[in-house]
Amino acid sequence: MTENAIELKGICKYFGIVAANEDVSLTVRKGEILSLLGENGSGKTTLMNMLSGIYYPDSGQIFVDGKEVTIRSPKDAYALGIGMIHQHFKLIDLFTAAENIILGMDGKSPVINMKEVLEDISKLTDRYGFQLDLNKKVYDMSVSEKQTVEIVKMLYRGANLLILDEPTAVLTPQETDHLFEVLRKMREDGKAIIIITHKLHEVLAISDRVSILRKGRYIGTVDTKDATALSLTEMMVGEKVALNIDRPEPKHPKKCLEVKNLTCRNKYGVKALDSVSFTAMGGEILGIAGIAGSGQKELLETIAGLQDGEGSILFTDPDSGKEEELIGMDPLKIQKMGVSLAFVPEDRLGMGLVGDMGMPGNMMVRSYRSGHSALLEQKKPRELSEQIKNDLGVITPSIHYPVRRLSGGNVQKILVGREIANTPKLLMTAYAVRGLDINTSYSIYHLLNEQKEQGVAVIYVGEDLDVLLELSDRILVLCGGKISGIVDARTTTKEEVGLLMTKHGEEA
Amino acid sequence: MSFLWSVFKGIFSVTFVQKAITQGVPMLFGATGEIITEKSGNLNLGIPGIMYMGAIGGLAGAFLYENGNEAPNGFLGILCAIFFCLLFSLLGAMIYSVLTITLRANQNVTGLALTTFGVGFGNFLGGSFSKITGTAGQITVYNTGQAFRAKIPYLSDHLGIVGSLFFSYGFLTYLSIIIALLATWFLLRTRAGLNLRAVGENAAAADAASINVTKYKYLATCIGGMISGLGGLYFVMEYLGGTWQNNGFGDRGWLAVALVIFALWKPARAIWGSFLFGGLYILFAYVPLSQSMQEIFKMLPYAVTILVLVISSLQRKKENQPPASLGLPYFREER
Repeated sequence: MTENAIELKGICKYFGIVAANEDVSLTVRKGEILSLLGENGSGKTTLMNMLSGIYYPDSGQIFVDGKEVTIRSPKDAYALGIGMIHQHFKLIDLFTAAENIILGMDGKSPVINMKEVLEDISKLTDRYGFQLDLNKKVYDMSVSEKQTVEIVKMLYRGANLLILDEPTAVLTPQETDHLFEVLRKMREDGKAIIIITHKLHEVLAISDRVSILRKGRYIGTVDTKDATALSLTEMMVGEKVALNIDRPEPKHPKKCLEVKNLTCRNKYGVKALDSVSFTAMGGEILGIAGIAGSGQKELLETIAGLQDGEGSILFTDPDSGKEEELIGMDPLKIQKMGVSLAFVPEDRLGMGLVGDMGMPGNMMVRSYRSGHSALLEQKKPRELSEQIKNDLGVITPSIHYPVRRLSGGNVQKILVGREIANTPKLLMTAYAVRGLDINTSYSIYHLLNEQKEQGVAVIYVGEDLDVLLELSDRILVLCGGKISGIVDARTTTKEEVGLLMTKHGEEA
Repeated sequence: MSFLWSVFKGIFSVTFVQKAITQGVPMLFGATGEIITEKSGNLNLGIPGIMYMGAIGGLAGAFLYENGNEAPNGFLGILCAIFFCLLFSLLGAMIYSVLTITLRANQNVTGLALTTFGVGFGNFLGGSFSKITGTAGQITVYNTGQAFRAKIPYLSDHLGIVGSLFFSYGFLTYLSIIIALLATWFLLRTRAGLNLRAVGENAAAADAASINVTKYKYLATCIGGMISGLGGLYFVMEYLGGTWQNNGFGDRGWLAVALVIFALWKPARAIWGSFLFGGLYILFAYVPLSQSMQEIFKMLPYAVTILVLVISSLQRKKENQPPASLGLPYFREER
């Protein structure tokens, strides 16, 4: 009897000629939480997908409980007690929690006996203290509830090794704490847990050991108690990095955007934003915090003219002092009015860029109206692409390579680079560093700070409170479409912001 | 008033109801088959073609049997007809499956091409058979056709109006209802049904839950195709009485596809929906109107479908929407 739950030896996986994993070896013991750390594109998710049967390794060996195994499909993985909770939940929206949990399983009979199923699952949820309404449809659930369904689904299948891919990316601090409690309970129960995350303080808080990957290769494993945020980052990046975000004092802040009583309804007629009022200043970074879906997306899209709203959005040009009302305008009208506003949306490849085009094509999406001839102006976009590639360090085989195939960090650099190239007065970013590794994240923060120093009003919607607290000058907290508070980022605490994020229906 | 009265009298007659049901049965087979198929995420627009293939298959099977026998037995004729009908529709569904599931060809293009192919295939074989048989230039399988048309004995003529309304149809009519009910039960109550719906909603999630997506897609498309094929068989055997008529099946296949939308992807709803569609389809004959106005009446089933589509889209009730990944191919290693 070995105490290793899983052992990987010399795993390689190639996508075409790109090596996603090269000679990776890794061990997870029973009753421990292992963090898997690495930059974007370092092959963490690919490696885990080979354990869960989504991909098949090109070479290498996998041992479960000391025996060599072959995992060709998710079914094989379940049979070996391996369960993976993906970053994007693999749930059927239309089904209830219980239906999702039993999905794909063989029962005693081909006909479903719902009563028996519910009893079985309840036993399990009681044991670990999950709060879950088994008859609730997934489309009515919050992110954290969906995650609970995924975890219960894996436990119900008898998973002894649980893999969680960035489980905290969409949770509030309170929900994260609750998740960690559950994970610790499972660890006591003898289960092995692998957690993939970018957030170093979480790695330090939850895991027993940390394994690090860099560019698809295994770098090493350290005991968490011997590690610090800095030492882990160095292993991850391969060089020394400074983990401080600069925050220069705002210089001559000028009013740039004044939003008054902005109300916006979603397509179901529900108020997504409810009388929101605030001012954004040029030369300042205004952070926006809130649980996912609290109205952040609607706020930015209404300002950018992509959604209708009621109220007032007054844009003041910091240089000329000219004022323009943006409510009821579409992006083209806003551009024609001479309001220079840039928006980096959350959905980079959906709203931001065209995945199948290369960089110059994507530059033209923003500028194709500027030429005077019937033919497209090709040269400038090409020059701009080269410039962005060099200045921001975009890693791509060629500027004409489809951006869809680039890693998340490079895609974001292209998008931010294009928006900044238009010298905006107001720059809005939604989850600008979501899914990006530390190095790329810091270069994005740096870019935002540069814009701030040039007098641009930056609105930064973020999800990592530590970053919001370090980067922003002021933080606006949204909760259920209302402003639950605007605080000074230099003096506030994480707890204060966390509480505001869940404070419903009170006066702003 | 006399105009309305004549319409009223026409619609509330036993013959109208019987004819509506007769028209509805092929659509019900087609719709049930297409619902099963679409629940796996495959939008098989080849169903109208597959129904033609099932029809000519069944007819050919029965013809080969009757032609080789001095005194053909109706029951054996039925077996031969059903066997070849299922075989030919399976062939059609397999063409679609291999192209869209294995080779991941565009579903719309494949489906439309298959319909064109199936209609031509049916007309070609049907026409050729009619030529070969010589007599009167019509292929006929009289014995089998009569066996398909046999009503339920005793009940159909001893219960008065109840007997004529409920028991005066061939066995395929009842089979169509039973299959639709079974399909509903299968989709809602069994594990395989749950898995199938999962495949059509979100194939990646189904895959992660260890469901064999390819297997489910193949099985659903092939079984769905075979069920639809029975609709074609019903038309040549019970409706036409065992003969072929080029393009005789007309646009009933497309009505079956429209019925799927009308039924909001619920086979049980397709049962009464098919009878309604059947009624609307022949309504023009019961309204004393000029020829050109009749053409407008023939539009009714489609108009009703559009209306249902508009209403269900406005409601936005998630349970009434098409399977979420309908029309999309699934490829696991896509990055």
